[in-house]
Amino acid sequence: MTRVALRHRLAERGVDRQLWLLVPGLACVLALFVYPFAYGIGLSFQPAEGGVLGAYRTFFADAYQRDTIATTLGLSLPAAILNVAASVPIAYRMRGRFRGKRLLTTILVVPITLGTVLTAEGLLNYLGPAGWFNRTLMALHVIDEPVRLTNNYWGVFFSLVITGFPFAFLLILSYLSGIDPTLERAAATLGAGRRQRFQRITLPLLAPGLATTFCLTFVLAFSVFPSAVLVGDPAGTTRVISIAAYHAAYEVYDYPLGSAIAVVMGVVELLVVAVVLGLRSLLYTGSTGGKG
Amino acid sequence: MTLVSEKPTSAPARRRLVASPGSWLIWGAVAFFLVNLAGLIAAVVVNSFGSRWFDTWLPSGWTTEWYATAWTEFGLLNVMVVTLEVALLVVGISVLVGVPASYVLARRSFPGRRLVYLLFLLPILMPPITYGIPLATVLYKYGFAGHLTGVVLANLVPSIPFVILTMTPFIEQIDPAIERAARMCGAKTWQIFLRILAPLLVPGILAASILVLVRTVGMFELTFLAAGPDSQTLVVALYYSMSAAGIRAQQSVDAMAVLYTSSMLVLLVTALRFVNPTQLVARVKEDPD
Amino acid sequence: MTGFDELRLDGVRRRFGARDALAGLSLTIRRGEFIALLGPSGCGKSTALNCLAGLLPLSEGSIWQDGARLDTLPPEKRGFGMVFQSYALFPHLSVRKNIAFGLQMRRLPRDEVRRRTEEAISLVRLEEHAKKLPGQLSGGQQQRVAIARAVVLEPSLVLMDEPLSNLDAKLRLEMRTEIRRLHQTLGLTTVYVTHDQEEALSLADRLVVLRDGRVEQIGTPEDLHERPANRHVADFMGYRNLLPMKVKAVHGPVVAVEGSGLTLEGTPVGQVSPGDDVVAGIRPEDLHQGGDGVPVTVEVVEYQGRELAVEARTPSGVAVHLRAATRPAPGDQITVTAAPSRVLVFPA
Ligand SMILES: Nc1ncnc2c1ncn2[C@@H]1O[C@H](COP(=O)(O)OP(=O)(O)OP(=O)(O)O)[C@@H](O)[C@H]1O
Ligand SMILES: [Mg+2]
Repeated sequence: MTRVALRHRLAERGVDRQLWLLVPGLACVLALFVYPFAYGIGLSFQPAEGGVLGAYRTFFADAYQRDTIATTLGLSLPAAILNVAASVPIAYRMRGRFRGKRLLTTILVVPITLGTVLTAEGLLNYLGPAGWFNRTLMALHVIDEPVRLTNNYWGVFFSLVITGFPFAFLLILSYLSGIDPTLERAAATLGAGRRQRFQRITLPLLAPGLATTFCLTFVLAFSVFPSAVLVGDPAGTTRVISIAAYHAAYEVYDYPLGSAIAVVMGVVELLVVAVVLGLRSLLYTGSTGGKG
Repeated sequence: MTLVSEKPTSAPARRRLVASPGSWLIWGAVAFFLVNLAGLIAAVVVNSFGSRWFDTWLPSGWTTEWYATAWTEFGLLNVMVVTLEVALLVVGISVLVGVPASYVLARRSFPGRRLVYLLFLLPILMPPITYGIPLATVLYKYGFAGHLTGVVLANLVPSIPFVILTMTPFIEQIDPAIERAARMCGAKTWQIFLRILAPLLVPGILAASILVLVRTVGMFELTFLAAGPDSQTLVVALYYSMSAAGIRAQQSVDAMAVLYTSSMLVLLVTALRFVNPTQLVARVKEDPD
Repeated sequence: MTGFDELRLDGVRRRFGARDALAGLSLTIRRGEFIALLGPSGCGKSTALNCLAGLLPLSEGSIWQDGARLDTLPPEKRGFGMVFQSYALFPHLSVRKNIAFGLQMRRLPRDEVRRRTEEAISLVRLEEHAKKLPGQLSGGQQQRVAIARAVVLEPSLVLMDEPLSNLDAKLRLEMRTEIRRLHQTLGLTTVYVTHDQEEALSLADRLVVLRDGRVEQIGTPEDLHERPANRHVADFMGYRNLLPMKVKAVHGPVVAVEGSGLTLEGTPVGQVSPGDDVVAGIRPEDLHQGGDGVPVTVEVVEYQGRELAVEARTPSGVAVHLRAATRPAPGDQITVTAAPSRVLVFPA
């Protein structure tokens, strides 16, 4: 009787046998994500020398290592901002139905299939000194000698835009499609112009979606690794933090340092995400409260 | 007042014909992006078919031998088989594990639900390298790394949460009264799953599977960290061949990249037949607040 | 049919967080009865029904079926049928398969499944639509499928949660008769949730009026209609005039009350004594125009077919509702009267 009673108390609070369905998923995430992560954190506190915080001290003491944070942010923040900022007006014009919408969307989404390596190869071929881009500009007499656009910051930046833009565009297009178009029509009947409708109705409603999109795009850009090696300057201007982590773990075999760098990377990334999500909640309450 | 009443009818028609300067600017930017994109892809394709290309507009001759070289030199058959195995295993396992979990998250409220949701969200929010390095270390410790098992396990980390985050909103939009009705008809939980939910979930599962497939085939970091010499997928093989440039002819790397992209394109076009691109990622947006 | 003689709810309570959605429902349902749960939106009707069905675990109390405890059984073991407000038809199954679903779950022989399904289909007169999917049916047809699906199992109890609320007015009347007809011909026991008092009065053998999760009154339609236990039930039963007043004098079964610019005589419900604050409840159709009654000013007149609904204001500014046979003009001064037996005086 008490077992039945206990089962009942639990069921009333929503705990019953159906929750077992969660177990496989949870087990996978715990075993393959949480445990390794905790293990990595533990490892990062056990360097061969320098005490508990030795690995972190090594990382932050060495300017060559430390600067990878700034390098990564310097690449990923502008790329993510550009991707989101460019997606909004394009997606805004592509709401609703029109002929060829599906085709245009598909074409805009194609870069998702390119993958890092083809993008890198393409950038090297196309933007390289003898590539079509420089040739065209020279043929048009815009420039006299080839501009260098690969194996430096710009190569990686373009690669981030090419892979990140379609993703941001798709997300924002779907968020925009989720906003009830009658709201804007209602605003129009109240005398709001095109611009005011966008600023006062659509944009505030889109803000949470924008924040989410920015975060996901930023994560993509922040993880930049292969393209930083292939089209960048992996020893200098595009030595991003993932290269540092990989280098420490698999080329120097200093696992504690590699783990420490991975932890630093995660913390920096989560900080940016937290700031953006915090801003989002500010923005959201601000805009509804401000108008009231 | 007259202005107001004619607005809804005239606006959509006008939007396509007359464009403001802002529109021109935006469509111009899109065109610029697309032209360069086309150039970029064409450069690779042309190079993969060119015999010798040096400081001219086009290669001096045409050949398909780079594809043959790439096929044999890189052992592409093996790589393709591995890629397919990994992708199918990852899709299968993450759907089997993810869908029941999303069902619970969509339908039930229980203590700790938000925590569980956050736990499933984290692997998607973190750069793969951050957990990939410790994960690979752990996989090596238990002897999984370097084999197919390790690659599959590593790829499950973002895939299961991805299935859960796409399927949860999908399940939420199915009227919960339908399951109650089935229960009142005497169906047990597994019967409800098999006979009522499964048929209704097919479109969602299909969409999620295709997305996971595309992501897994394209996932570089995790596979790179967990794979051994004979468990490389196509992206990783490509990366190695490219970073070993000089040894390999660049054209055969290009040939391989073209093969990769064509297969991804086939996948994506298939995907878009089933899923409307505007709703493709919309379902990721759900977070519990 | 495996029916029961008696189903007893004993102090059934359900909390959501700290709030009681249902606070102690005790009720005995006898075989063959038609019971309506009635009350305003959010009063806990669906909660009560779901507790009975087993779809919601109870917080307290118990449910007994002829001496056997029922509330620990899962819904699929209780053998009840349910009709949902949104119908909840399986969208991927045809009408026939929807109806056959429950029989298949019981693993009945194929012949029997087919026979009983066809019987149920003809019972709700859907022979021509048996092959269609739910999406291809009209609202009323979907409704009939939902009913057929619930009754084909010959359940010992049929639960219906506002089954008619999604239909238009005309169809609602037709389906109402249909439900009562099925109840009688199949000898069902039914618990029916609604917020429409007219529906409840016309269908049910007994009514349970709920408010804020509490039972206000249980009784036959006549009981509730003629003798509402308190002002809330009266409000729900069509006593549209609920006027705050004060007791002037008590003369045996009649009390004299005044206030709101009116002086009336009425029948007390419960204890009242002179000087008490009370509420006088009068139906619009019991407040008549003419005679040497109280003067009021006409404000709004609505045409309602056989008669006119009039809203008027007393000298002190309180609105009263009455029926009139001839059309007064807004602004007219008229007098109104009510028989003392038709004026119920509730303690405030
Ligand atoms: N899952 C839930 N979590 C929290 N509160 C709930 C839940 N379900 C119902 N409630 C609350 O319990 C109360 C009763 O709800 P119930 O659904 O029983 O109302 P109802 O009488 O059926 O109303 P309606 O006529 O609108 O259907 C309401 O105040 C409601 O907000
Ligand atoms: Mg209800």
